[in-house]
Amino acid sequence: MFERIKSILIKEFLQVFRDPRMKVVMFVSPLVQLIVFGYAANTDVQNVPTAIYDLDNTFQSRQLIRAFTYSHYFTAKYFIATDREQNRLINKGRVSAVLRFDRGFGRDLEGNRSAEFQLILDASDSNTASIVLSYANQVLQQFNGGMLQERMTVFMETVPAIAGVDMRDRAWFNENLESKNYYIPGVMALIVTVMTLLLTSMSIVREKEIGTIEQLIVSPLRPIELILGKLAPFAVIGLAEMLLVTTIGVLWFSIPIRGSLLLLLGTTAIYLLTSLGVGLFISTLSSTQQEAMMSTFLFFFPANLLSGFMYPIQNMPVPVQYLTYLNPLRYYLVILRGIFLKGVGVQVLWADIVALLIFGIIILGLSSLRFRRSLG
Amino acid sequence: MSQDTTVAVEVHDLEKCFGSFVAVNRVNFQIARGEIFGFLGPNGAGKSTTIRMLCGILTPTSGSGKVAGFDIVREQRQIRQNIGYMSQKFSLYDDLTVEENIDFYSGLYRIPNSERAARKEEIIKTAGIEEFRTRLTKDISGGWKQRLALGCAIIHRPTIIFLDEPTSGVDPITRGNSWATIKEMAAHGVTVFVTTHYMDEAENCNRLALIYKGTRIAIGTPMEMKTVIMKDQVMEIQVPDSEIWSERVRAVSGVKQTALFGTAIHAVVESAEKTGPAIEALFKGAGVAGYTVRKILPSLEDVFVSLIEEYDHEHIKAA
Repeated sequence: MFERIKSILIKEFLQVFRDPRMKVVMFVSPLVQLIVFGYAANTDVQNVPTAIYDLDNTFQSRQLIRAFTYSHYFTAKYFIATDREQNRLINKGRVSAVLRFDRGFGRDLEGNRSAEFQLILDASDSNTASIVLSYANQVLQQFNGGMLQERMTVFMETVPAIAGVDMRDRAWFNENLESKNYYIPGVMALIVTVMTLLLTSMSIVREKEIGTIEQLIVSPLRPIELILGKLAPFAVIGLAEMLLVTTIGVLWFSIPIRGSLLLLLGTTAIYLLTSLGVGLFISTLSSTQQEAMMSTFLFFFPANLLSGFMYPIQNMPVPVQYLTYLNPLRYYLVILRGIFLKGVGVQVLWADIVALLIFGIIILGLSSLRFRRSLG
Repeated sequence: MSQDTTVAVEVHDLEKCFGSFVAVNRVNFQIARGEIFGFLGPNGAGKSTTIRMLCGILTPTSGSGKVAGFDIVREQRQIRQNIGYMSQKFSLYDDLTVEENIDFYSGLYRIPNSERAARKEEIIKTAGIEEFRTRLTKDISGGWKQRLALGCAIIHRPTIIFLDEPTSGVDPITRGNSWATIKEMAAHGVTVFVTTHYMDEAENCNRLALIYKGTRIAIGTPMEMKTVIMKDQVMEIQVPDSEIWSERVRAVSGVKQTALFGTAIHAVVESAEKTGPAIEALFKGAGVAGYTVRKILPSLEDVFVSLIEEYDHEHIKAA
């Protein structure tokens, strides 16, 4: 038995490392994805391009504008004086926010009346818009607080101590709230998933296409030997890939790895049961490599979207949240973020690890049965 | 249960349907050990489907069969130890080198380590591909690939070998080389089951079965095919301007069909004794000199064309 598995194993390694396309898939595409998510996919909002539409142009209005621009969240890019310009800049996406002061802002404030100004946001990206809005509220709160203090000094001889509540926030696990720390462990999971799914399904389907599968069927090779011989190399490649992206993530993108590397590899191996199993399953559905590719992405996108990779699970409608419990990738992401960012171990992650293991065994088991039947 | 050790392959009423399409229709035959058995028929006749059932790639819809004494439905694993199979596609890995392919099949069939090197050399030498051993298989030509595939298919010295159109699309030298290998194996007691549609190759077989539209319509030695099985007779007519005369000979009563073979006309007739004189009379009447009309042994091609037409004729009548 071992002899035959070894033959398949050697053959798979030879084929994978001989295929130039496969090398690109294995080494270049993870790099590109890491770079994209490490640098480009940044949900941190800073330096919002802002247009200043100040018709009031008083000391008061300029003071508030300064409060906004000194905050580093807003950058004054344009100073405008007409509605036409305002619409043009927003429509063209040159600015995401417009601060507008109508005539009378300063006068009202001076006269101790409530003064109004307008903040216009480009909310076509609702996520960013809501973040910008919360920044604006922060700026305004500070401004109001400062103004109150000032008024009181004017009207009273001695300012009484006003007890206030001061929030001291600490962001655990990601002190600077960098989105790359959240994304990159997720990207690692996606890379390992896509890689092993594609390698497995493609390598089996290719044998169907060129007809060598028949040669294997008429040989004494048992289906289980074929499965082991096919999957073992891709499991090794999957683990090596995980090490590669971890190295790049930690050394280049300074992602912290606070937990155990051994646990990382161990849980990845458990997760591979699922991804190799799905790859095997796809190979039984497809008779050409294109079909296999299509099916891979049919699985991959829903799994990705319902994993909490991009969109936090607690933001989803409750029924969909329950659905995510059926998604093995969900558990793997929890585990990865746990290991990388929180530095927790088995005592915290055991439930997710067990869930992942159960899914892996079921998926790989059923796929193997189906694969056996498909061999006739 | 007594086992007839002289029978290598036997099938009874073997049938395979794909949906409502009957690919193989209740086929029967027996193959003796050491025999070269030719399975002939046009494309789509059911040759490959039959071979695949015998090798355990497909499960029959009904009927039974034995290969090397093992049941083709229940004992596929035992069969696989004993057979070699080469499909039309020469199942080699294009992205492996010649040697890597051989090593792979050595491992698959668990050739003992002590014999591997010798077997590898033997395959390479028999196929005449010494200078290509480290070359990728995709970079060697079709003929060499076929020889290598044949070598890999028999690396474990099977007692029965199934060859599905082993010579389609390869050069005459490779065809000759392959047939030499096949005959040598048969001489060593290996049973060879081979499908082909080359009639000249069919002559190399000890026995032949003709399969058409899933049905076995004839079985016998090549000589039986030409003499007993084919009811009609063939006459060879040498005459100047044969292409013009072909049409007119066909019009003679008793002539079923004519075809040009080089400059000669082959006429299929019910009876050479009756129709021969009628054809000669045609030439005499037209004042043609220098013609010959004689009865010949039909070629296998004649036999098959005639049998197939007979089959179609009967079935059209029946329908």
